[in-house]
Amino acid sequence: MRKFLNGPWVLLMPTLIILTCVVLLPLLLSLWTSFTPFKLTKPDTLYRFVGFRNYERLIGDFDFWIAFGRTVLFLAIALNLELVFGLGIALLINKITYGQRTLRTLMMFPMMFSPILVGFQWKYIFNDNIGLMNNFLREFGVIQPIPWLVDGILANISIMAAEIWSSTSVFAILLLAGLLGIPKDPIEAAKVDGCNSWQVFKNITLPFLMPFVFIAMTIRSLDVARAYDIVQMMTGGGPAKRTELLWTLISRTGYVDAKMGMANAMSYISIFLSIAFTFFFFYKLVEARQRLSYE
Amino acid sequence: MNKRQINNILIWFSAIILIILIMTPGLWVVLTAFRPQVDVMAKPAVWIPRNLNLIQFETMLFGGSEGSMGRSPIPVLSYLRNSLIISFTSTFIAVLVGTIGGYGFARHNFKHKNKYFLLIMLTRTIPGISLSLPIFIIFSKIGLIDTHIGIILVFVALNIPFTIWLTDGFFRQIPRAMSEVAMTDGCTKLQAFWHIELPLSRSGIASAGIFAFLISWNEYALVSNLARSTDSKTLTVGLMDFTAQFTINWPGMCALAVFIIIPALILTFMVQKHLVTGLTFGGVKG
Repeated sequence: MRKFLNGPWVLLMPTLIILTCVVLLPLLLSLWTSFTPFKLTKPDTLYRFVGFRNYERLIGDFDFWIAFGRTVLFLAIALNLELVFGLGIALLINKITYGQRTLRTLMMFPMMFSPILVGFQWKYIFNDNIGLMNNFLREFGVIQPIPWLVDGILANISIMAAEIWSSTSVFAILLLAGLLGIPKDPIEAAKVDGCNSWQVFKNITLPFLMPFVFIAMTIRSLDVARAYDIVQMMTGGGPAKRTELLWTLISRTGYVDAKMGMANAMSYISIFLSIAFTFFFFYKLVEARQRLSYE
Repeated sequence: MNKRQINNILIWFSAIILIILIMTPGLWVVLTAFRPQVDVMAKPAVWIPRNLNLIQFETMLFGGSEGSMGRSPIPVLSYLRNSLIISFTSTFIAVLVGTIGGYGFARHNFKHKNKYFLLIMLTRTIPGISLSLPIFIIFSKIGLIDTHIGIILVFVALNIPFTIWLTDGFFRQIPRAMSEVAMTDGCTKLQAFWHIELPLSRSGIASAGIFAFLISWNEYALVSNLARSTDSKTLTVGLMDFTAQFTINWPGMCALAVFIIIPALILTFMVQKHLVTGLTFGGVKG
C-alpha cells in the first residue's frame, strides 16, 4: 500500500479512470454497436448480433468510398499546403528583425477562431449574394455572381481555403520557434566555406527543422476532424453530397438517418484513419529526433 | 538602391500582404456586426462604412429595441450561461486531474512509460463525431443527454491529454534537485510539491488551463449532438442554429460571432508565449 502511494499510479489513477469511463468504454460499446443493426428508432436492435454485415455493406457502398477518398485527398492537400505556406511564413518572419514579435502575435490570429467561427466567416465571405469575394470581384467587372458554395469543385476549394487559413499559423509559429533555435555557428561556417543560401537551407536549416515539422504535423493530426465543424457550417456536406467528408457522412447516417450501427462501423474506420495519421507523424518525429542527436 | 535595400522592401511588401490575408476575414465579420442590414445587403457593395451602430448587440442581449429587427430569435443569454458554466467547470477539473497526471509522468520512471503517454494522447485523436455516437447512446440510457454534467464530463476527458502534455513539459524543466533538497530538510513529498514545484510551474499550469478553456469554449461536434435545448446548448451551437434560419440575418450572426471570439482573443494573447515553449519542449528534448 505504501509502495502504491509513493509510486506513479496513484497520480495517474484519476486520469485513467476518467479516460476509461468517457473514452474507452464508449469505444467498446461503439465496437459492439458496429456489429448490430442498431437503429435509434428501434432500441431492441442493439442486442442483435449480425457479425460483419455493416462492414460488408460499407465495402460495397459507393457513397462511403467517395467520402473516404475525398477526406484523404482533402487532408493530404490541406496539410501539405499548410506546411509549405507555414514554412514560407516562418522563413519570412525570421528575416525581419524590427517588429518580429508583433508579427508573430498577429500570425496567431487565426488560431483563436473556433472551427465553427472559421466556417461561419468563410461562409459569409463566399456567400454568392453579399459575400466579400463576389463583391470584390464585382468591382473588377465580374457582374455574374460566382456560386462559390454551390458548385461542387468551387465548394471544395472554398472549404480548403477556410481550412488552410485556420491552420497554417500552427505550422508558422512552431517552425519559427525552430528557426529561432538554430545555432548560428554551422551556418556561418558553411557560408565561409562557400555554400550558397539554398545549400545552407537544404543541408543545415531543413534537417534541424524536421523535428519541428513533425511536432506540428502530430499536433495537427490530433485535430484534423475539426474540419467537420467547418464543413458542417459552410455546406453541411452538400450540395448533393459534393463536399461530404467522412465525418459529415457519419453524423448524417447516425443522427439524421438514425442508423447507429452503420454509423459506428464508419466511425471505426475514421478512428483508424486518425490514429494512423498520428502514429505515422509521431514515428517520424522520434526518428528525426534521433538522427539529429547522432549528428 | 543596392541589392540589400531591394531585398528589404520585398520582405516588407510580402509581410504586409500576409497580414492583410490573415486579418481581413476576421475584421470583415467584426465590421459587419456594427453595420446596418441595408449597408450589408447593398449592391454594389458599400466598402466605406457610412454609419455604425450597436443595434445587433442590443437585440442579442436585451431582446431588441424599437427600430431593430425585433426580438432576437436566439436565446443568447442562456447559451452564454451554459458556455460559461461548462467551460469553467470542465477546465477546473481537467487541470486538477491533468496536473497530477503530468507530475506523475515527469517525476516517475516506470515500465512502458512512453507507451502509456502515447496511449493517453491517442484518446485525443478520436474524432469528436465518432466519439459522440456511443456517448449519445449511453447518455440517453442514463439520462445525461442535454445536461451540464454530461457535457462537462466529456470535456474533462477531452482536455486531460493536452494538460498532461503541457504540464509534464513544465515540470521537467524544474530541476529534480530542488525538491530533493527540500525533502532531505524534512519536507514530505507532498509538501515539496506544494511549496516548490507547484509555484514554479504556475505559469505553465495557467496556460494549460487557458488552453483547456479555449477547447471547451470552441467545441462544436460533441455538444451539438449531446445538447438538445437551451438547458445545455452553448454559443457555438447557437451560431449554427442562427445559420439554419430561413432568412439569414448576417449582421446579427456577426454580432454573435464577435461575442464568441472576444474571450478567445484575450485568453490566447495571454498564453501565446507559454504555448509555444510548452508544445516544443516535450518534442525536442525527448
